[in-house]
Amino acid sequence: MKRRSMMMSLATAALLAAGLAAAQAQEVIRLGAAAPKTGPLAGGADVTHWPAVRLWVHQTNAAGGLQLADGPALIELTEYDDQTNPQQAIQAAQRMATQDRVDFMVAPYSTGLNLAAAPIFSRLGYPQITGTNVTNQQPDLSAQFPGMFFVLGRTGAMAEDTARVLVDLREAGEIGNRVALVNVADAFGIEMAGISRSVLEENGFEIVYQTSYPLGTQDIAPIIDGARAAEPDAFIAWSYPGDTFALTDQAIVQNFTPRVFFTAVATAFPSYQARFGAQAEGVMGMGGVNPDDPAFQEFAAAHMELTGQGPDFWASASTYATLEILGQAIEATGTKDRAVVMEYLQDKSNSYDTILGPIEFNDMNDNERFWTVGQWQDGVFRGVAARGRDGVSDVIVKDGWD
Amino acid sequence: MSKRDLRNLTLASAALGLAALLPLYDTGYLLSIATTMAMFTVLATSWALFSGPTHYISLATAAFFGLGTFVTGLGFQTLPMWMLPLIAAGLGAVLAALVGLVTLRLSGVYFVIFTLGLAELVRQLVTWVQNRTGQRGMYVLTSITERDIYWQLIAMAALVFLVGWLIARSRMGFALRIIGNDETVAKHSGIDTAMAKILLFMISGAVAAVVGAMMAPRYIYIEPSTAFAPILSFQVVIMALLGGTGRLWGPLAGVIPFTLLWEFISRNAPNQTLLLLGLAFLLIVYVLPGGFVGLYERLQHRFGSGGR
Repeated sequence: MKRRSMMMSLATAALLAAGLAAAQAQEVIRLGAAAPKTGPLAGGADVTHWPAVRLWVHQTNAAGGLQLADGPALIELTEYDDQTNPQQAIQAAQRMATQDRVDFMVAPYSTGLNLAAAPIFSRLGYPQITGTNVTNQQPDLSAQFPGMFFVLGRTGAMAEDTARVLVDLREAGEIGNRVALVNVADAFGIEMAGISRSVLEENGFEIVYQTSYPLGTQDIAPIIDGARAAEPDAFIAWSYPGDTFALTDQAIVQNFTPRVFFTAVATAFPSYQARFGAQAEGVMGMGGVNPDDPAFQEFAAAHMELTGQGPDFWASASTYATLEILGQAIEATGTKDRAVVMEYLQDKSNSYDTILGPIEFNDMNDNERFWTVGQWQDGVFRGVAARGRDGVSDVIVKDGWD
Repeated sequence: MSKRDLRNLTLASAALGLAALLPLYDTGYLLSIATTMAMFTVLATSWALFSGPTHYISLATAAFFGLGTFVTGLGFQTLPMWMLPLIAAGLGAVLAALVGLVTLRLSGVYFVIFTLGLAELVRQLVTWVQNRTGQRGMYVLTSITERDIYWQLIAMAALVFLVGWLIARSRMGFALRIIGNDETVAKHSGIDTAMAKILLFMISGAVAAVVGAMMAPRYIYIEPSTAFAPILSFQVVIMALLGGTGRLWGPLAGVIPFTLLWEFISRNAPNQTLLLLGLAFLLIVYVLPGGFVGLYERLQHRFGSGGR
């Protein structure tokens, strides 16, 4: 009997303690996230978007949450699938804001979905700090949606820098004048190919082969075949994940060995390295990071530990950085009042300390310091061209596939 | 006009009027669901105008819809906004006429396959032109709000219902019903079956293009892969069949529960959306083969009100 009552009081005490702990951490910041879990972009979102979001929430909560003026607040994440469908992205943002009444929302994944959801974020006063939105329309977009911020960079700069890498290599005497330029026939590929073509031609390069292929093309062999026949010094492909892998595969099969081999999206994925191993050495692609930066190394290790997969070497870090920016704005203002946090974000004199390095926004809500071109070197995808970032590595020329 | 017609007309106008008042009550979550519903109501009803009586299953909605979004995307800066849906309607009708001329003389299954391919064909064409001209994804940045789009869609729904009602009362509607029941008989009775089908298909295509033109400002960023997404065609067919195509209000009876179900699943099981939707669809097919219209008629029959 005695023993039993002791057990009872112990249990009561335990319950009380648990209750107290809960009461102390009762302040919660609700964060909503809608991005593809199904549909064409689900694969990319699974590599880049979801792990980075979950990692930030996990780490922030493990560190005791965000510090508000009246104490710490834990993050409570609500996830939705937008099915890679603008219609659903709009509805999900609307649902999170007005039904779940989340305090803040993670910006969606990809340019198209970010733009579809932008009016909802804007009208309901949610900051939209985008990490996977590449566009050249910052002036118009920031005028129409003053709460929309751009961390990943501008398409124009990326296409330009890719061409500049070739110019530098030619000036160093590493490559000649001949370029093969191909693109996926979609908004992204067309735009990038157009910009890089004009920069290359201005700089006296000869486009010896140019073609495009429809999104979802299965047979990529004729493209590599045609490019190889033109004997280019450099091969530039503005490609999407599926074709990035297929083009590389075919180039290896046909032993097409230009001195520069560039494929665009997904070249920076860890799965690219996993698939091609040592053959990936020297392949260039969009994005890049500074892998020697301890902040990135720490991020990559934590990413691996929590999600069982490494981050990609481009937008994973910028997605994570968007949340760091949001978190720092919330802590600096000490409130989860969106209007106050928004005002802080819109004050362009503020700077944020992120795994990408310091980030500030210009008058067009644009981050001017970002990575543009990366290259696989010794199993790491190193940034070889950047706007305003430290730790740019030297470019190497590709020496065959073996 | 009989007493019954008058009653139906009054009821329909009252319902539409009531629907049009929604934005005054809520401009957030409800409106965004209602906009989706209004969009699918117009699309599914106009789809059923053609496919209901003729039993030709068209999977071309996405082609016409995408065409409409591109009309707005290309024209919104240079042309007045009111003109865009009209242009879209014209182009949609022309495209439908072309497709109809080629395929509607063929029997059912060839038509289904061709319409499925049509969205892809148009998408590739648009992409090819973009690729040739170096033209890129389009940003439709306007001051049009969801409320405006919703009202446009409600007006469009009213128009489609009116047209559907008129067609059903016309010689044309009668001819289409005969075609649906037996095309050979229709031909032998002197009906120009090809002409009748093409005309109806043009109406259906024009409406879908107009809806696309109206929806473009909501999507903001227009690119072929999302504008011509084939899932839209399937959604429209599923919703129309769930409601039933035997009556004008049938598709509406499918759109409302289906949109709510979709929203419910997206909300409560964000990781299993497609799986649950598939199960829901199986259930619908087995339990409600004639859609809600079929169920309604069965019930009427059983409880002996004699279809009055």
